Amino acid sequence: MSQIFDVFLLESVLNGLLLGGLLALLSLGLNLIFGVIDVVWICYAELIMVGMYAVYYFHVVFGWPLIPAMLAGVAIVAVCGAALHYFVIRPVLGAEPINQLLVTGGVLFFLQAAATLVFGIEFKNLGVTFAPVVVGDISFSMPRLIAFGVALAGMLGMYLLLTRTYIGTAIRAISQDRAIMPLMGVNPGRIFIITSAIGGALAGLGSCLLVLQYDIHPGIGLSFGPITFLICVLGGLGNMIGGFIAAFIFAQFISVGGFFLALEWGYVIAFLFFIGMMFWRPQGILGGK
Amino acid sequence: MRMLPWIGLAILAVTPLLGLGNYPLHLLIMVLLWGYVYTSWSIMGRLGMVSFGHGAFLGIGAYVVTMGWNHYGLTPWMGVPIALAVTAIVAFLIGYPCFRYKIVGHYFALVTLALSEVTRLLIVALRDQTGGSLGVTPKTALTDASYSLFALQFSNKLIWFYIVLVFWLIGLWIWKKVDQSMGRLALEAISQEEDASASIGINVTRLKLGVTMISALMTCFGGVLYAQYQLYVNPETVSGIGISLQMVFGVIAGGMYVRLGPTVGAAFTLLLAEGLRLGFGNKFHALDTTVYGLMLVLFIIYMPKGILGAAMEAMKAKRPGVAPATS
Repeated sequence: MSQIFDVFLLESVLNGLLLGGLLALLSLGLNLIFGVIDVVWICYAELIMVGMYAVYYFHVVFGWPLIPAMLAGVAIVAVCGAALHYFVIRPVLGAEPINQLLVTGGVLFFLQAAATLVFGIEFKNLGVTFAPVVVGDISFSMPRLIAFGVALAGMLGMYLLLTRTYIGTAIRAISQDRAIMPLMGVNPGRIFIITSAIGGALAGLGSCLLVLQYDIHPGIGLSFGPITFLICVLGGLGNMIGGFIAAFIFAQFISVGGFFLALEWGYVIAFLFFIGMMFWRPQGILGGK
Repeated sequence: MRMLPWIGLAILAVTPLLGLGNYPLHLLIMVLLWGYVYTSWSIMGRLGMVSFGHGAFLGIGAYVVTMGWNHYGLTPWMGVPIALAVTAIVAFLIGYPCFRYKIVGHYFALVTLALSEVTRLLIVALRDQTGGSLGVTPKTALTDASYSLFALQFSNKLIWFYIVLVFWLIGLWIWKKVDQSMGRLALEAISQEEDASASIGINVTRLKLGVTMISALMTCFGGVLYAQYQLYVNPETVSGIGISLQMVFGVIAGGMYVRLGPTVGAAFTLLLAEGLRLGFGNKFHALDTTVYGLMLVLFIIYMPKGILGAAMEAMKAKRPGVAPATS
């Protein structure tokens, strides 16, 4: 009996690890935006929802093969990200910081309701199924393995982009000193748009991975939006490595907590842990003072 | 001019007696109820503490009282003090460390957001007691009576109108008291420059905690009223990120810095939703929220002071020389 118990526990730990990779990818885009533009996109998870619907429509309704449909989804969310910055964030960049948070909250309501209006509230799914991968006594779901692999690859790509390219260097420079970069001949407006598009593309990538595992409905953003923000805050807003670590911590709470108790309890414990951590290290686990 | 508010209040108070239908009366009650809740939120929100956690206090008010009544037959007269005590403890546990360690702005909003999500998830997780996502109905005490003082249930909407009206007035009165206190000036200073305020001897933590407590306890009352009036609560409508954001945005739409702003926001959002629903029927589900979301974005960009705030500014601009309205 105890033997079986341990296998199931091990399975939920490993599943937590896989979930952690996915959450890390989701928080990466948000962290990038915050680090560079100093704005929290409360509607980030709703952009992911837009991407999920895009993939669904291209694949199921228009009959595109899955991979081009996903690429189109990524492109659409990237455009949404740039548009969000241009039309919504840019006008309030000079306003009080909290207004920038609230304005994206308005976008959250808008996207969620518009999705209900256009797509209806029924759950949709791609109808793509994968056989589980069985290793010994433990079985993994294929989409989760794919998500984990792609998430790691996405993060590596992000790292290379930021460290090896001119635009990446400019992005990092802006995030270090917003005031001085214009003097160095960098156009911050342009960098912000590009960063927003990259953030959007990361959200789009996240939506491609989520759409393999979850049904799509207008409220899906609310089910993993909060956790994404909390991961970013726990890791130190704007600190991508901190967010990476925080994602794995959260995922373990959710997965193992959900294993011992009900799934909601996993979330409750994770959120309480977050609140506790805030008081211990308000600047995030890796954040500086 | 001084008599104007009293005349307005008198008109409001007698309106339901003129034989208003059930539906308009219900709308009026909802406007006042949410006006009260939004006012409660603004008491701290307008002083720079933007909380996304008020869903937690609303949920505690609604659920503690309902659970006490359903499971232990505890009268709301006893349930309310318990709910208030729980709210006070939660508000202290979240507020004290936040203010002590200077968690402000984005961080404060996101920490409080975690709090409202914890409340929602707890209600869902305790589904054997709370009914989970399906929600719960307080056991009726009205089987052979039209009202029960013991259970705080009234089938007559008119009674509810006056109860809610009184709470709303108390809310506005508290706003005024907070406004006139020395603490408000200090808190305004804090919301501008926290460190500088501390350096001139303002006890930042204590003041912020005080205002948070007032705001949280008022919101808790709002949750109780909502549950007792609607006789149905579910975790989505009284807790979690959805309702918390709705409160914040209602206030922004109306205007955070004028006393009647939150109420105007409540009236505006409610009438917009009902108007679109009546105009287009239920065919276009969620049309109201779509328009609402779009308008919020436009409001924050072009009219950050809200409807009433902007209207009052426009009036002031038209009549130069008039003393600024005391809010």
